[in-house]
Amino acid sequence: MSEAQTTIAVTVLCFASIRENLGVDSVRWEGPTGTRVGDLRAILATRYPALRALLSGCRMAMNQEFVTDDQPLQAGAEVAIIPPISGG
Amino acid sequence: MTDRFTHVQVVERPISPDDAIKAVSTVIAGAVNLFLGVVRNHHDGKAVLFLEYEAFRAMAEKQLQRIAAEIHERWPVERVWMEHRVGRLEIGEISVIVCVSAAHRAESLAACRYGIERIKQDLPVWKKEHYADGAVWIGEAGSPSDVAPQEHGYWTDHPS
Repeated sequence: MSEAQTTIAVTVLCFASIRENLGVDSVRWEGPTGTRVGDLRAILATRYPALRALLSGCRMAMNQEFVTDDQPLQAGAEVAIIPPISGG
Repeated sequence: MTDRFTHVQVVERPISPDDAIKAVSTVIAGAVNLFLGVVRNHHDGKAVLFLEYEAFRAMAEKQLQRIAAEIHERWPVERVWMEHRVGRLEIGEISVIVCVSAAHRAESLAACRYGIERIKQDLPVWKKEHYADGAVWIGEAGSPSDVAPQEHGYWTDHPS
């Protein structure tokens, strides 16, 4: 089994307060296949403790669709952290 | 008979209600409804100097397409026009527009209302309010924010 089948990489897109806190538009994450959206949320909170409270109030999107925490990450996916929206 | 015309866009230029009304007007529609979200000069007693809107543009336009499709599924409306502006907006400028035409007013009124409510729920767009002493992203826990309606609006109901 090649490494490509046991690990996946995703791009995490950052907006608004998340983007300003991290100082970047996106970060890349690599980890085991089968990791779920909620796991990634926890991983991000561990890596960026300052974002912990903020992250818990964010929705997540994968490939431009809102997803729940139980969804497995897809290889190569674009995962967006969606802070509470305030359009209109 | 319906042509199910839809226009949705995230824009950086000023929003034109005239363009929207012209685009949704058709001889088979006896009703046109317009909703505008406008930048207000105050929030929770604080003077707002200007706003900044940021969007996840590709997803926002996809969501607008979905909302327009939902409108067409729910009501026999003719045409739907929705735009959200991003970037720096001054007081009094239009941040969002929903414009709908239908044969009769009941459908256009309901569809227009539905459009703006769904935008408030599901459009990945963020607003930053700038005050004399700082700036805050609206909508987050702990921010002065909330889900309280931010917009002023009015209905235009042409006799049908």
